[in-house]
Amino acid sequence: MHASSAEHLSEYGSAVVEFDDVTKVYDDGTVGLENATTNIRRGEFVFLVGPTGCGKSTFIRVLMKEFEATRGHIFIAGRDITRLKPDRVPFLRRNIGAVFQDFKLLPNRTVYDNVAYSLLVTGASRSEIREKVPHILRLVGLSTKLHNYPDQLSGGEQQRVSVARAFVNHPPLLICDEPTGNLDPETSLGIMQLIYRINRTGTTVIVATHDQGMVDRMRRRVIELRDGHIVRDEQAAGYTSEFSAVDAQ
Amino acid sequence: MNFRFFMSEAIRTLRRNSAPSFAALMTVMITTIVLGVFIPVTDATTGAANEIRGRLLVDVYLKDDATQAELTALRRKLEQNPDVKTVEYISKDEAKASLKGALKDAAETLGKENPLPASYRVTPRDPAEVGKIVDALESIENGKTTYVSPAIDDVKNREDETDKILSITGGVKYAMWGLAILLVLTSTLLVGNTIRLSIYARRREVEVMRMVGATAWFIRWPFVIEGVFVGAAGGVIAILLLLIAKQTIVDPLSESFALFAAPETIGFLPLAILLLVSAMGISAAGSGFTLRRFLKL
Repeated sequence: MHASSAEHLSEYGSAVVEFDDVTKVYDDGTVGLENATTNIRRGEFVFLVGPTGCGKSTFIRVLMKEFEATRGHIFIAGRDITRLKPDRVPFLRRNIGAVFQDFKLLPNRTVYDNVAYSLLVTGASRSEIREKVPHILRLVGLSTKLHNYPDQLSGGEQQRVSVARAFVNHPPLLICDEPTGNLDPETSLGIMQLIYRINRTGTTVIVATHDQGMVDRMRRRVIELRDGHIVRDEQAAGYTSEFSAVDAQ
Repeated sequence: MNFRFFMSEAIRTLRRNSAPSFAALMTVMITTIVLGVFIPVTDATTGAANEIRGRLLVDVYLKDDATQAELTALRRKLEQNPDVKTVEYISKDEAKASLKGALKDAAETLGKENPLPASYRVTPRDPAEVGKIVDALESIENGKTTYVSPAIDDVKNREDETDKILSITGGVKYAMWGLAILLVLTSTLLVGNTIRLSIYARRREVEVMRMVGATAWFIRWPFVIEGVFVGAAGGVIAILLLLIAKQTIVDPLSESFALFAAPETIGFLPLAILLLVSAMGISAAGSGFTLRRFLKL
């Protein structure tokens, strides 16, 4: 740990996610993220915004350790994940719930089994699974579709399964990459409300999105990225008028 | 770990994702059949080659007037030669009797006379060393041959034939082994490639499993078990087909062809076990290894 994080700790309470001067340069020379430094505290709800190719996905993918940051350090709950050994990565991911634009459900499994899978990987017992899976599916409003396969569900329903899967372990951190990107506005609202409810249970939530209307409506902290740089990071108050610039993109 | 879970996972994929698994099964089956035919053929061919090589002998013809002491000394000399496996004495009478067996008419014209010499029949330890045994018995100076023992009349090893037999049988053996290695390599790559395709079709699934925090082995086990199933099924079907072919085609023929009757040929049961184990092994290892690429972080 370094000095600035200790500062943040005293200032805002414990940081769940901390980027310390993180740079990611891809093999082909493209810069995904450059000198990104930020702090996300426990229980926060953060929007990650910016045009396509601005570094939102890179931000999320280095956080999930899908690949390494080129420089800098990333701390999750005070632990430097850039120093994590490859065989520990699965254990990191069990503490991060992830929701994606394309749902990423297992096509050959029922709704129930998709959610159960993320409990199974942790070595959960049968009775634990039998208790938790129906409960979380009731929470996301899918208790009647337990035995359907993903291709028998609507986009919104699939995303609900994906949210249920991400949250069934009750991870301290939930990351959503364009969770409403493939959904109509009405369905999107339902998904965002669901994510918001999860946030209210104390889970830290990071949502990367293009959906400006949603960002305006939710009035949360916004981190804006452009060409790999964090160009703006502010709390809800007073941000609304500035979003016209992003809308024009 | 949870073996029952991995087992049910493997069965689930076989049921829900049967097309690629079926392709892998067919590949395993066909290569197993090819190997199942090729292994006994190689075995019989090298067996036959070895048998021909086994006929390479050195005949040491003895003078009729050799003394018992000379004969004993010569025999000891031969037996002490490290290249010699056995030494057999063939008396004049035995020589005539064996001629009678081979050429009845010629033997009859001889009547009571016996011009055939007694001999020592020397079997080499390694057929390729026949020349060395001969060299140890004779020395040639100025075109004149002298023998190490006064009892020796002549040494014969049918030199021309020997060289021919050695080079041809050697060539056949190396060619068969070369083909066998090539074939095993090809089958392994072919099976590996088919498995690779079937896993490639499921790489997104693997990606999702990694995303929710599954460890590499948690993802891998069902694939390996599936590989064992596919290998076993392909192997069993191939062995059944081979068994049918053996009983309907090969066995009736083996009565008329020496090749099939070669005593060294591998038995059907050990062959079947060998094929089944390798089919399962290659298939399982193929699944496990191919997956490594998609398990990278």
